[in-house]
Amino acid sequence: MISSKRWDHRLIFSLVEPGSSVLDLGCGNGELLARLIEKKQVRGQAVEADHDQVSAAFQNGVDVYQGDLNRGLPEFRTKSFDYVILEKTLQVLTRPMLVLEEMLRIGDACFVSFPNFNFSGVVEKLLETERMPVTEALPYYWYDTPNIHLFTLYDFIDWIEDHQVVIIDGYAAAGETWRHLKLPEDSKSAEELLFLLRKE
Amino acid sequence: MTDPLNASLENKSGYDGPDSPYSVGWTRPKKVILADRDNPLPLDCGSNFYPVTVEYETYGALNKAKDNAIFIIHALSGDAHAAGWDADWEKDNRPWRGDRPGWWDQMIGPGKAFDTSRYYVVCANILGSCYGTTGPWENGPRSGKPYALDFPVVTVEDSVRLQVRLQDYLGIKQLRAVAGGSLGGQQALAWAINYPDRIRSAIILAASARLGAQGLAFNAVGRQAIMNDPCFQGGSYYGSKPPASGLEVARMLGHITYLSNSSMEGKFGRRFQNGSRPCYRLNSEFSVESYLEHQGRSFVQRFDANSYLYLTRAMDYFDAAGAAGGDLASACSAIQARLLLIAYSSDWLYPSKDTRAIAKAMLANEQPVSFIEIPSGYGHDAFLLESEQTTPLLESFLKKV
Repeated sequence: MISSKRWDHRLIFSLVEPGSSVLDLGCGNGELLARLIEKKQVRGQAVEADHDQVSAAFQNGVDVYQGDLNRGLPEFRTKSFDYVILEKTLQVLTRPMLVLEEMLRIGDACFVSFPNFNFSGVVEKLLETERMPVTEALPYYWYDTPNIHLFTLYDFIDWIEDHQVVIIDGYAAAGETWRHLKLPEDSKSAEELLFLLRKE
Repeated sequence: MTDPLNASLENKSGYDGPDSPYSVGWTRPKKVILADRDNPLPLDCGSNFYPVTVEYETYGALNKAKDNAIFIIHALSGDAHAAGWDADWEKDNRPWRGDRPGWWDQMIGPGKAFDTSRYYVVCANILGSCYGTTGPWENGPRSGKPYALDFPVVTVEDSVRLQVRLQDYLGIKQLRAVAGGSLGGQQALAWAINYPDRIRSAIILAASARLGAQGLAFNAVGRQAIMNDPCFQGGSYYGSKPPASGLEVARMLGHITYLSNSSMEGKFGRRFQNGSRPCYRLNSEFSVESYLEHQGRSFVQRFDANSYLYLTRAMDYFDAAGAAGGDLASACSAIQARLLLIAYSSDWLYPSKDTRAIAKAMLANEQPVSFIEIPSGYGHDAFLLESEQTTPLLESFLKKV
């Protein structure tokens, strides 16, 4: 039995319509998609770059394509999936904007989750220690972090407003508790964010 | 396309003997005539060919529902003896089988990737080969002499058409899987495209939808080496001295394409064959030379030069997108089987990007597909050697399809 404790996992799982089609980009070990296939009978496809994760996801029963998201996703047709998921992956991509544009092209609706660099716990740590903060959502030292594009909630909203993208819903979490996004307070109080988006 | 002998030599863990619980034990080849005058085999070249005999082996047992059968498809130089120990090697005059098990023994057997305690595993020698299935070495019905170059030019699709007859003969409506590497992987792809409802899944290793110009070029040189051998005699060398030196060179060339630059460096480097100093001679001086010569010499003991010509030509002709005017996605749109594509990072004969192209075609059709690139230094040979990495993938896949 595959279990999942991550808040964005649980939330996405509950929001996806049964019987829909789901493309999971950067699927990791494929837990979420495997659950969606098993419990919600979705048609699923995963894409993952890391070979060990690909291997794990495949053994979890997920159809997985080993590939680099930064090359774009030209093989996927426009509006060919009900949902495209990008879970805590945007910040590790070398071409995050390309991937966002591609997923919005491919999916009717897109889930995007990411760590918020303006979270008070992060900012306070930075100011206090005068060093790159190491937190639960950003658990790496500066020299070995895969996170090459750190950004804030408003950075993301700026991009959305410039690109004719509609926020269907937004969620903010600190630790394992989450709520519907509230602005402006969640700019500082959200450790991680999850958006459900679609192209206008 | 890889030499099973070579692969076995590299097997670090040793063989499972015939009494091992992980071996399918002693095996015997079976033969069946699957095309005759009343029911000839239609070939892509236009002829209706008969008679056609197929040699095959089976391991494990077909269950009552007949839904546990897997067809394993061998590559260029392989045979139906995929696993276990041939009990008939002396009788059939196949001495190379005496001291080693079948070519994919690491993958086929009780508790292995193709678990013969669960699955009924079938492997047939392919059309045009020289291990019991009809090929240019066999006597033609009219002349009573070996076909030699009168044998029709056969294709990957012809070979699959014949395997489909074996499926019917065995009374199996739908195979759980077809699986193969290299030329065997191309046949698995042809199965998936041409016979979508006959298979539930296809496992395609180190193969592509078509061979690139570089691959075509290597095959051409191999064939030239054979045909320019004075013993070739237009292919009618049966009963006299075969074009052994030509086939040897073709095999040596082939072996270069099965290894990677790094595996050759690691295995041989610039080592001398005898001692650490040059002998100032022109024959076999470096280890890599004597390795290739050994591979060439042992190959001519067990392979027919005409079969080499025909099978490399089949490999050349194969283009999965051909019937769809070059549009691979359109060709793949017929596929109903679940597809597992595995590429190996250092394979340059069937490079990873070419295997990936099949996956991209499936994705463009909104068909589910798995594409996995296994990190390996072994080059094209990896599909026979990386069983530790491949096994868990196949196990989980076969349980779910």
